[in-house]
Amino acid sequence: MQLPPALHARLAGAPGSAEPLPVERDPAARTAPFRFAPRPVRFPREHDFFEEGDVQRHLYLQDVLTQVGGAPERPRVPEFTCQVAGCCQVFDALEDYEHHYHTLHRNVCSFCKRAFPSGHLLDTHILEWHDSLFQILAERQDMYQCLVEGCTEKFRTSRDRKEHLVMRHLYPADFRFDKPRKSRGPVMPGAAEQVLAEAPGDDGVPSEVDAMEVCSEHVEPPPAPAGERRAYSHREMNSCPSAALAQLPRIWPERYHLPSVLVRVPHEDLKGPRREISTSNGGSSAALWRCCRAFPPRRRGPRTLARAALHVAGL
Amino acid sequence: MWSRQRGRLKPLCCGVEELRCRRREREAALRKARREQQLVSKRLLRDEALEEAEEGCVAMIFGEAEIQQFLRLAQRGTEEKERERALVSLRRGLQRPEMQQTFIRLEGSIRTLVGLLTSNQALLQLEAARCLHELSHSEQSAVVEACLPATSYLLTYLSGHSSDFIELCLYTLGNLIVESEAVRRQLLPQGIVPALAACIQSPHLTVLEALGYALSQLLQAKEAPEKIIPSVLGSTLPQHMLQLLQPGPKLNLGVAVEFAWCLHYIICSQVNNALLITQGALSTLGLLLLDLAGAVQRTEDAGLELLACPVLRCLSNLLTEAAAEAVGGQLQLRDERVVAALFILLQFLLQKQPSLLPEGLWLLNNLTANSPSFCTSLLSLDLIEPLLHLLSVSNVVSMLVLTVLCNVAEKGPAYCQRLWPGPLLSSLLDTLAFSDTEVVGQSLELLQLLFLYQPGAAQAFLQQSGLQALQRHEEVAQLQDRVHALQQTALHG
Repeated sequence: MQLPPALHARLAGAPGSAEPLPVERDPAARTAPFRFAPRPVRFPREHDFFEEGDVQRHLYLQDVLTQVGGAPERPRVPEFTCQVAGCCQVFDALEDYEHHYHTLHRNVCSFCKRAFPSGHLLDTHILEWHDSLFQILAERQDMYQCLVEGCTEKFRTSRDRKEHLVMRHLYPADFRFDKPRKSRGPVMPGAAEQVLAEAPGDDGVPSEVDAMEVCSEHVEPPPAPAGERRAYSHREMNSCPSAALAQLPRIWPERYHLPSVLVRVPHEDLKGPRREISTSNGGSSAALWRCCRAFPPRRRGPRTLARAALHVAGL
Repeated sequence: MWSRQRGRLKPLCCGVEELRCRRREREAALRKARREQQLVSKRLLRDEALEEAEEGCVAMIFGEAEIQQFLRLAQRGTEEKERERALVSLRRGLQRPEMQQTFIRLEGSIRTLVGLLTSNQALLQLEAARCLHELSHSEQSAVVEACLPATSYLLTYLSGHSSDFIELCLYTLGNLIVESEAVRRQLLPQGIVPALAACIQSPHLTVLEALGYALSQLLQAKEAPEKIIPSVLGSTLPQHMLQLLQPGPKLNLGVAVEFAWCLHYIICSQVNNALLITQGALSTLGLLLLDLAGAVQRTEDAGLELLACPVLRCLSNLLTEAAAEAVGGQLQLRDERVVAALFILLQFLLQKQPSLLPEGLWLLNNLTANSPSFCTSLLSLDLIEPLLHLLSVSNVVSMLVLTVLCNVAEKGPAYCQRLWPGPLLSSLLDTLAFSDTEVVGQSLELLQLLFLYQPGAAQAFLQQSGLQALQRHEEVAQLQDRVHALQQTALHG
């Protein structure tokens, strides 16, 4: 099929077209027995006309068609260690490191060290576990947001939400990223221990490796004989620095006065990225903890506070 | 541009002839499946570079006891490396159908795997996901449906950040989606459409290609026009898809192929094509067509026809929409570069994949049917002769070529004048020798138009033994009346 040489130049040229020739139809054209009439044609999904193209498409999917381009090599790099404080994982491939980082360090709650698969779940967690204003508002209105992206339903309790997740969205009843808080009031890492303790650890039953509940500061568990497997999680928690806070009594007020509470938090940059809470000094940590109850550090801006304030204002 | 995980044909163990034979068999099987409307294909993501790097076990057959051992080690092993190695061994084993069956029958096996998938150990997570992926690729429904408990997690992970992991989850989801309506009945309420809509904003090409694959599987489902496409159209997915199809330096072929097919499934379902037109689908696809024509001239790239096919289909179907008339003022629908591009693609298809020629000619029909502008372009760009060259390819192609010629001729004398003289008459006489009734019928229609609008055509026809050519069809029921009418006109004016 020889194409006129000017055609390629035309393609590369400017948009536009020649003036159309005049149309002049004779009514005799469409008289019987002749019946041609020009018409655009439309083919529906399952029409046989599409058979060839569909077959080619599926051959491609099944990789029978030869592919071009060499497969780029996975670059191996000299071994390096994860730079996050307390993590001693070693890598020799960037993709592995990327996955490790995103899984364990990217969406981490600075309160309780839980890691989440996404920013959305982390935000929800911080709101529901670490924001006492949320608790107060939740007494009066539906605050528990459905976890499924795109679903705007809200619920009175986390149990109601779980039921909605199971009934409406067909989620498993033991969905790991929807662990309910056990204690009333803001969560301490001690409460986290309670949740851990619930995980089935019976040797006879295959125990579930706890998701995201384990303190992310210890990625490599210290070697221990198989019999101590159940105690593994607990040991990690005990060695986690913030576990020191488990010793503190609950000291925050029952009623929370938002406008009148103004606590100076010297080392926290509230607008900046999330920081670890320093807990080396037991005495000041109590005050610091109280500060954090007032202004829980967030991964993103003070959106939650603003939202809460609006709720309080009745908007 | 092709993902590293694409499986490659291995020419080492079999000859070219055997490959061709295998391919023919696959094609035949696919054709049969399509006729039965059971066209289902899955993608398998296996990192061959990774597998070569792994030492030790070539996939052996493992029994129940070994599988249980691997699971135990993976779950409760004390050394991280040990746990990983156990899962890797499991994954290698799960490449075999027998092991898959054994695995799913073991009590608690899936539960353990899901537990590992959601664990805090990144590499275990990845390996568990690979195991699931192998299972999702199985041809046995029982094996695939055993993966269902993992879907809520796979969807949750789509809003994470680790591109390799997300890619794997997407291909796994794509395989699961296509398995059965039962699977989709679970995935839809779990929020797969919003999850994909959020994920499509990823900057990673591998993720986008995987997403396109998963979405195309979802849109290809039988119940898609009623149950899936409306919510897809209601999401931000169409806008993002069109963005990813914009021609330019950022256009990635693998990604574009997937989303072009997604668009095709949406459009040919005729749910709400007007919406797509308002979002600029015609404009984008028109520009993409131009870009494709440019690309086929530049490179010998295998694979451009994989993109050409859905683009041609989308454009053809969209042009039949009433809304298309409304945006007819837009440049793309008057721009004769579209016709130039189409012919360049037709030439390409003729060389590369002649079976796709009808799709290109279908677009040409829809462009020229009601458009004096495009008919004029065909004439002014000298494209009639190349068109005639296609007449001998196949009956379907001939039929379409003749239809396009009729589209031009029926617009009147000014057009027929430009069709004459030239090779048209002798080509027509050749087609009259065809045995296919439809093709002959269409030739007769064209002849009638020429006789009507072009003085001298009938005369020339007679002189070139046209009457004899007509005679052989005198007895054919479908053609009789027209043959007689033409004989009359030719003889008596």
